[in-house]
Amino acid sequence: MNKLLSAAALLFCAVLSAPGHTATRDSISVVGSSTVFPFSKVVAERFGKTTRFRAPTIEQTGTGGGFKEFCKGVGIEYVDITNASRRIKASELKMCHDNGVDEVVEVLIGYDGIVLANSIRAEQFALSRRDIFLALAKRVPNPDGSASLIENPYQTWKEINPNLPATRIEVLGPPPTSGTRDAFVELAMEAGCSSFAWIAALEKNDSHRFKSICHLLREDGAFIEAGENDNLIVQKLNANPRALGVFGFSFLDQNLDKVQASLIDGAEPNFDSIADGSYPVSRPLYFYVKKAHVGVIPGITEYLTEFTSERAWGDEGYLADKGMIPLTAERRAEIKARVQNLTVLESL
Amino acid sequence: MNKFDPQRTSALVEASLKRRYRAEARFKLYGVTSIGIALLALVVLFTDIISTGIGAFRQTYIQLDVHYDAEVLGISDARNEKQLMIANVDGVVKAAMRARFPEVSSRGDRRALYSLVSVGATFDLQDELKQQPDLLGQHKTYWLLADDDIDSYFKSVQAGESYAGRVSEKQIEWVDALRDSGDIKTRFNRRFFTSGDSAEPEMAGILGALVGSLLTLAVTLILSFPIGVAAAVYLEEYAPRNRLTDFIEVNINNLAAVPSVIFGLLGLAIFLNMFGMPRSIPLVGGLVLTLMTLPTIIISSRAAIKAVPPSIREAALGMGASKMQMIIHHVLPLAMPGMLTGAIIGMAQALGETAPLLMIGMVAFIVDVPGGVTDPSTVLPVQIFLWADSPERAFTERTSAAIMVLLGFLISMNALAVWLRRRLERRW
Repeated sequence: MNKLLSAAALLFCAVLSAPGHTATRDSISVVGSSTVFPFSKVVAERFGKTTRFRAPTIEQTGTGGGFKEFCKGVGIEYVDITNASRRIKASELKMCHDNGVDEVVEVLIGYDGIVLANSIRAEQFALSRRDIFLALAKRVPNPDGSASLIENPYQTWKEINPNLPATRIEVLGPPPTSGTRDAFVELAMEAGCSSFAWIAALEKNDSHRFKSICHLLREDGAFIEAGENDNLIVQKLNANPRALGVFGFSFLDQNLDKVQASLIDGAEPNFDSIADGSYPVSRPLYFYVKKAHVGVIPGITEYLTEFTSERAWGDEGYLADKGMIPLTAERRAEIKARVQNLTVLESL
Repeated sequence: MNKFDPQRTSALVEASLKRRYRAEARFKLYGVTSIGIALLALVVLFTDIISTGIGAFRQTYIQLDVHYDAEVLGISDARNEKQLMIANVDGVVKAAMRARFPEVSSRGDRRALYSLVSVGATFDLQDELKQQPDLLGQHKTYWLLADDDIDSYFKSVQAGESYAGRVSEKQIEWVDALRDSGDIKTRFNRRFFTSGDSAEPEMAGILGALVGSLLTLAVTLILSFPIGVAAAVYLEEYAPRNRLTDFIEVNINNLAAVPSVIFGLLGLAIFLNMFGMPRSIPLVGGLVLTLMTLPTIIISSRAAIKAVPPSIREAALGMGASKMQMIIHHVLPLAMPGMLTGAIIGMAQALGETAPLLMIGMVAFIVDVPGGVTDPSTVLPVQIFLWADSPERAFTERTSAAIMVLLGFLISMNALAVWLRRRLERRW
């Protein structure tokens, strides 16, 4: 018993003293957007398999959470790269600068589309962003044309637009914590909202009111928060042919046998329409690198090279296979040059 | 007052007997129904998980004749590490596909053809060449890993309900041709048990998460068991009964009910921000889970120590043993089964946790299988969560398969608890 006790005590001390040996880190640490996550996963894996470096560790913290982690400081205990499904905000860049993260390199990697889809057993929808706003906003402009708001009265799609079917409005979408929701609200709702001249005028004068009109989704059961898991939304659409769902393009791409995307402003979401911008609900994807960590944490330069190589982000690269919409060749060349020189993002 | 009348009483009992039997039967029925519902839920859960996940244990392979052409590879010496690194192994696989289907000529068709084989095949061949450099310039036939879309399609065909999904008509033709010549088949998916996570479902394995879970649990056990037992012994055997110990007791009971994510926040604040430990490592994960399981272990250990009859303590003391001898020689061995059971239940709880690990960065994509407590790693429930969240269809079956592995792990831990209790239990 005594021997056992002393052995246990020894082991105990060994574990407690282990952190002393971890003064270095030999793998890149990446945080950030869950939209960029699948793409950065592939690059990380190929990078790990084809170089002598360890594959980077990639966490999904959401875009905002990623910037918070990223801007905490410079040093091996802080992360090296953050993924983002929108551009860094001025406030976030300032937070970085305040904490000594002065040199940030921005890399635009491609685009992602957000789709509104329903089961293939139902009729395909052709919506405008105005229709989407009218269907999902908490308060909508008074149909009599005056510059006032009423609680959303629309129950069926036909009431909004006579060309739409007379089915009940039922849309499944992500909760407010999701980047997809942010982008959907900004790209689809806000644009539809601005199609009313008097609301659009508010944007400059009373941006707070503008946001409260355009960003609030209805809570009477027509918009249903279906959780962060996009697979779940696809499953629910399959079970309920009357409902529409909001999710990322890569999930549409994987489930074309179950769901079909609605046309938005006449455009169907596919690689070409998202890349050339004719499909309106798409967003840029970025990642940001701490220049101070390049050369300190092994492999960052090589990781950047892999990410910006033609076989990764090119038109026929493996990222496109995963559902990312590639940039044009000129944009790629331009960004690649900036990445090679580690051009620092000074201001927005 | 009532006068006792035996006849009347027995008549009363007689009259109510039937009702009482019925009530008894109903009462029993409630219990049986409850168990029935629980069993039904279990059966539904298991059938669902097993029927979805069983497919993940088999994987589709395509047979191809590979020519390690030095010209295609672009290297002259396979023993040279540097040359191997840049060798165009991908080109060799593509050449093998072209040789198998020489009639495919257009660029788009060829691209579709190449995507029948997983990128994992390239990595495998690269390893093979590294192991046997003499293969350079030789021909050899291999069963190469198929892409996940092809895998899903081929499995659905085998199951009799063909589902094309993302597979194009041309690709279906090629798969049919391969099937006719017996060059495509499913085999046991060894990779699932021998590799870490991957972005490609066909290459993804559970080993990284399994090792991560084991390392994290080892740290948790090594730290929480001695601390928990020592605390319990002090509180039961030495501590005076006063306000302070009452306060400690209330706090321990309280901590046992605190949501686990709070311990994650604590871990983030203390271990990461204050001590500057790296993110995503099992050591920090183990420390956080130690904080979480300590109350459970202390409470169960105290109960076990309390259950040791006082006569044993008194006998030991009466024979002249010191208090420490009494505890180490008599109380602890007798309380051990109870303490171990508590510890194992605490461990099983820790095994299923994801929330506290989220905060310290263990909810992450990690390819390499961790080799120690300071290598980045993830754990089983996190792996299940990450796969359930992935867009690729083929991850669905792998998610269920991972759940089966986790359940297996849990069942063996509980079995160990039962076995230890049986072995060590003493009656008095």
